[in-house]
Amino acid sequence: MNRYIGYLLVLALLLVAPFLVYPVFLMKLLCFALFACAFNLILGYGGLLSFGHAAFFGGAAFITGHAIKVWGLPTELGLLVGAGSAAVLGLAIGLLAIRRQGIYFAMITLALAQMAYFLFVSADFTGGENGLQGVPRGTALGIFDLQDNINMYYFVLAVFLIGYAIIARTVNSPFGQVLSAIRDNEPRATSLGYDVDRHKLLAFVLSAGLAGLAGATKTVVFQLASLTDVHWHMSGEVVLMTLLGGLGTLAGPAVGAAVIVTLQNYLASGALSAWVPVVLGTIFVICVLAFRRGVVGELRVLLRKTF
Amino acid sequence: MLTDLLGIPPQVLFGQLLLGLINGAFYAVLSLGLAVIFGLLNIVNFAHGALYMLGAFAAWFLAKYLGIGYWGALIFAPIIVGAFGIVIERFLLRRLSGVDHLYGLLLTFGLALVIEGTFVKLFGASGIPYPTPKQLTGGINLGFMFLPWYRAWVVVASLVVCVATWVLFERTKIGAYLRAGTENPKLLQAFGVNVPVLTTLAYGYGVALAAFAGVLAAPITQVNPLMGSNLIIVVFAVVVIGGMGSIVGAVVTGLAMGVIEGLTKVFWPEASATVIFVVMAIVLVLRPAGLFGKTA
Repeated sequence: MNRYIGYLLVLALLLVAPFLVYPVFLMKLLCFALFACAFNLILGYGGLLSFGHAAFFGGAAFITGHAIKVWGLPTELGLLVGAGSAAVLGLAIGLLAIRRQGIYFAMITLALAQMAYFLFVSADFTGGENGLQGVPRGTALGIFDLQDNINMYYFVLAVFLIGYAIIARTVNSPFGQVLSAIRDNEPRATSLGYDVDRHKLLAFVLSAGLAGLAGATKTVVFQLASLTDVHWHMSGEVVLMTLLGGLGTLAGPAVGAAVIVTLQNYLASGALSAWVPVVLGTIFVICVLAFRRGVVGELRVLLRKTF
Repeated sequence: MLTDLLGIPPQVLFGQLLLGLINGAFYAVLSLGLAVIFGLLNIVNFAHGALYMLGAFAAWFLAKYLGIGYWGALIFAPIIVGAFGIVIERFLLRRLSGVDHLYGLLLTFGLALVIEGTFVKLFGASGIPYPTPKQLTGGINLGFMFLPWYRAWVVVASLVVCVATWVLFERTKIGAYLRAGTENPKLLQAFGVNVPVLTTLAYGYGVALAAFAGVLAAPITQVNPLMGSNLIIVVFAVVVIGGMGSIVGAVVTGLAMGVIEGLTKVFWPEASATVIFVVMAIVLVLRPAGLFGKTA
C-alpha cells in the first residue's frame, strides 16, 4: 500500500516538474535514469558487471539519429530502430561475453565496446569527431510538435515510464527470480535445471535494448549524437550511477542518475568544471569503500530498522 | 623475396614489425603486472594504465626537480610509484577483502579517474617531451631497415624484466610463497607466512612493473596524462586472450599481439585499432579460458 502511495507521489511530481525546473535538464535526467535502470537489470539482478554499456547507449544514439535525419523516419519509429539495433549488438557482445564470468566478463564487454567505439569513429554516418548534429525532433503520434520543450518532456516521460515498467515487470517475473537465483548461486541454479546461459543472455539483450532506448531518446532531446555517448567513460558513469543509487533496487539507479546528472550540471557551470572526472572518481571510491548498498539500499535498511 | 611479392617495401614491413614488437613489449610488461596482482588479490587493477602514466611522470619530475636522468629514473620511478601502490593496497584495497572481487575493479576504476583527472587538470592533455638518453640516440642501418638504438633497448629491457620476474617467481623462496598464496592463501597463512604483507608486496611489484613500462615509454610517446587510458583496455583484451594463468603466457601473448597489430598496420591499416579485439573474440569462441588459461 505504502509503495503505491510513494509511486503516485513520484508520478505527480514528475508530471508537474517541467513547470518548476528547466525541462531540458529534466529530460537529460530521465534519459540517464532509464539508462541506469536498464544497466541495473544486468548488474543488480544478473550479477554481471558490464563495462561496455556505452556501446548500446551511444550506438542507438547514432543509429536513431541517422534513421530520423537521413531516412526521415518518424520519431517513434526512429527510437525503436535504435533500441532494436542496440539489442542486436547486445546479442552479439553478449554471446561472446557470457562465455566467461566475473571480472573477465567486465574486461570482455569493455574490450568489445571499445571495438564498437573504433567502428563508430571510423564510420562515415557518425560524423566522426563532430558527431551527428541537427537531428530533427519531429512530432509525437503525428500531432504533438516535439520542438516544444513541454511536449518533448511528456514524450520522454512516457518513454521512461514504459522502460521502467518493462524493467519492473521483468524483475518481478519468474524470469527475474531465476536471474536473481543465478546471481546468488550459479551452480545451484544450474543444478535446478535452469539454462543459466540463456537467462543471462536474454537479460543482457533486454538490458542492452533498453539502454539503447535511453540513448536514442537522448539523441532526439538534444538533436545530437556524439562520440562521448559511446566512449568507455560513459560505461563507467552508468556503473557509478547504479552503484550510488543502490545495486539491485528498482528505483536506486534512477536516484543515482539524478544525483550524478545534477552534480555534473552544477559543476559544469562553476570553477570546478575541469575537476568533474576527479569528483566522479572520488564518489566511486567512497561508494565502494563505505557505501556499497547505495542511497536507496541504505534507506531500505534504515526503514527496516526503524519500523 | 616474400616482401617484394606482396609489394611492400621491406623498410615499411620491418619498421612496423619493430613498432609492433615495442608495443608488444609494453603489453607484455603491463599484462604481467596485472597477472601478478590478480594472482594474490583476485582483482583486476583498472588503475594500471594510470600507474603506468605515473611512472612516466615520475621520470619527468625526477629529471626536472632533482636532476636525475633516464637511468636513475628507470630505477627510482618504479620504486616511488610502487610505494604509492603499496599505500593504495594497504589503505584502500585491503578494506575490500571479503567482498565481491568486482568491487576491487570498481575501486581501481575510481582511482584511475582521480589520478588521470588530476594530471589532466594540472598538466593539460597534450604531451610533455622527455629526451632519449644520449647513450641511446641514433641507430644502426641493418641494410633492410634502420634500427634506432632506443627502440631496440626498449624491447631488450622489457624482456629482461620479464625474465627476472619469471626467475623471481619460479626460482626463489619468496616466489614459492607468492605462488602458494595464489594457490591457497588460507593454507599458506596456516603455515605461518604473513599473507597480507605478501599481498601488499605483490601489488607494489605489479605497480612497479607498470611504472617501469611508463619510464621506457616516456621518450617514445612523450609524457601524457592520458597515455595509459586507452592502452589499459587493449591490455585487458591481451589478458583475456592469454588468460592470467602464467607468466610465460602473459609475455608471449603480449609480444604476439603487438606483432599482429604491427603487421595489420602494414597490410590493412584501417583494422589495426580493432585487430586485437577481433583476436579476443575468436579466442573466446574457440578457447574461452584463454590460450594459456587453465580453468574457465
